[in-house]
Amino acid sequence: MAVVDEGAEVSASNNSGRPIKLFRNLSSKIAAIPMILTTLVIFVGCTVWTITYSFTSSKLLPKTKFVGFDQYERLWGTKRWLVSIENLFVYGICSLVLTLLIGFTLAALLDRKIRFENTFRTIFLYPFALSFVVTGLAWQWILNPEFGVQNIVRGWGWESFTFDPLYNSDIVIYGILIAGIWQGSGLIMVIMLAGLRGIDEDIWKAARVDGIGPVKTYVQIIIPMMKPVFITALVLIASGIIKLYDLVVAQTSGGPGISSEVPAKYVYDYTFKAQNLGQGFAASTMMLVAVVIILIPYVYLQFGGRKND
Amino acid sequence: MKTFKTFLAATTAICGATAVSATELEVAHWWTSGGEAAAVSKLAEAWEAAGNTWVDGAIAGGGGTARPVMISRITGGDPMGAFQFNHGRQAEELIEAGLLLDLTDVAEAEGWKDIIHPTSLLDSCTVDGRIYCAPLNIHSWQWMWLSHQAYEDAGVAVPTNWDEFVASAPALEAAGKVPLAMGQQSWQSAGAFGVMAVAIAGVDAWSEVTVNKNAEVAAGPEYAKVFQAAAAARELSANSNVQDWNQATNLVITGKAGAQIMGDWAQGEFQVAGQVAGEDYTCLPGLGVNEVISTGGDAFYFPVNKDDAVTAAQKELAALLVKPETQVAFNLAKGSLPIRGDVDLAAANDCMKKGLEILASGNILPDGNQTLSADTTTQLEDLMVEFWNDTSITAEEVQENYADIISKAD
Repeated sequence: MAVVDEGAEVSASNNSGRPIKLFRNLSSKIAAIPMILTTLVIFVGCTVWTITYSFTSSKLLPKTKFVGFDQYERLWGTKRWLVSIENLFVYGICSLVLTLLIGFTLAALLDRKIRFENTFRTIFLYPFALSFVVTGLAWQWILNPEFGVQNIVRGWGWESFTFDPLYNSDIVIYGILIAGIWQGSGLIMVIMLAGLRGIDEDIWKAARVDGIGPVKTYVQIIIPMMKPVFITALVLIASGIIKLYDLVVAQTSGGPGISSEVPAKYVYDYTFKAQNLGQGFAASTMMLVAVVIILIPYVYLQFGGRKND
Repeated sequence: MKTFKTFLAATTAICGATAVSATELEVAHWWTSGGEAAAVSKLAEAWEAAGNTWVDGAIAGGGGTARPVMISRITGGDPMGAFQFNHGRQAEELIEAGLLLDLTDVAEAEGWKDIIHPTSLLDSCTVDGRIYCAPLNIHSWQWMWLSHQAYEDAGVAVPTNWDEFVASAPALEAAGKVPLAMGQQSWQSAGAFGVMAVAIAGVDAWSEVTVNKNAEVAAGPEYAKVFQAAAAARELSANSNVQDWNQATNLVITGKAGAQIMGDWAQGEFQVAGQVAGEDYTCLPGLGVNEVISTGGDAFYFPVNKDDAVTAAQKELAALLVKPETQVAFNLAKGSLPIRGDVDLAAANDCMKKGLEILASGNILPDGNQTLSADTTTQLEDLMVEFWNDTSITAEEVQENYADIISKAD
């Protein structure tokens, strides 16, 4: 009680001095109400709804028959889910590292004031204009042993050449990775290029005066200065990784066997095809947990440190 | 549940609830390939001949894609006039939720109980003694299709059963053929295994596992033989790098592969390619071992509607689907079997006639969709497609997992 009384006293004393905090910037607060409601109902509300129903035995239609952690136990005992997680992990790490590396390298090369920069930039960015389904289908043909790369190389005379990643369980995820990187690195290149253009020309001049080579300048001076750009790129790539679905459907539909399954596909298949909402919700909740685990340190690093400044 | 429905209703209401005129009925289905579309047009013709309007609501991409779309429209309060599902348990929960029209009065007036054969089709339409769907056709899985050309090239006789087929495989391989064509999709792997189970373990063991969900039989010696045979079949199909079932059928048609295990819908492909049953290809029901067929297929369901005129039209369509004329016209175009034994299908080809004979003799099984839930079916599909593509999994391991899924089936 004492705490409440104290609070009341404080607000009362505030009241006399300046306007109530709640009514400050009233018009902008009213304008924000639709946005706040959308966030609360659609994002928070539906997330809570999904998590709640992941603890039920809902099949085709949602039912409130709670079964505790049964759905999660089944999920983590399912081989397909474990394969999906492993694939996402491999794809995620490779895609993150390679996309950043290729994107930055291309941007740095374009930044060296080369001729036809516009043409190259357009070529590299073009794949991003294609949807994942189109990208997936195109690469399915390119990697198909009977029509694609393998066939062409064999046509040149190298008869024993074998390159069929989409038909080999051990390396199929790398076949998908190739398409993913081809599609995504153009955008990262453009973002990096914008970042590089934002670097003051004087920095380069100073580096040149000190006799520092271009590579060393990039690694030790320019990259640390581009931290915000890298974080933007990181968020874009990471969100692309977690929602990986259409590329797999177009290229392999999860095959051969279950060796290229991914979590998002598991969620879709069990929610709709298997008519098991509870299982699908449990899987999507696990995906949310994974995102939150990655997000919390990031948010902490980005916004948490501000108070100490 | 209630709030979920109203929530969905609110969202879809915005998208457009259109007024339906008295005799206009939207029919949703997933028949989009050439032969299928021709069959649907027969239904539309019959419906329009009766003075009504057929609004075609085809959803491309097969049942797996179409069913979620249909379900969300029904639960969202914007139901179509009628929709196609497979015989079995797919609509179970929609019926329990009271979303589908009770057709019992139509069934009684038309005497469905006496004419629909096999009766299991009507049973899977029935929940608590009330009838909720109109069965339309029968499709069966238990067929093996053999290419005469492939066997001619290999210089061996066309096999008449599974054992002969396995014995002839080395000759085919020596001639550079793939002995068994197999698509990589999960439903094909699980389907082919189901066919082998009926043929090799026998009908009794199969029903004990699939109908009664007896995990002990699934882990037992009869099924062990099936898994051994499947492991052998896996070797025979190792070189067929195709995805879709019709690509696999095409390998058989062109003589690049010896055989394929696939349902009777494969027949349409042979017909389109201008091949003649008995001359260019042979069909073996039940792998030539156990001549039985399962009686899966399609049925039409009718969502509950507030408009009385629409309800009357729905009942009229339900009655029309089972009428002899509709049955003949539709099934000849579709290549499927009629759901009543008293119609004359003189124009049917050899393979269809074999099917009709088996149907008449009563060697029939329920379809997997009728006995197992979609959830269990998906789990079995995941398991079988993995087994079929990963040679490091032994027959014993997969049998153990299979029995485990059966023991948890609902």
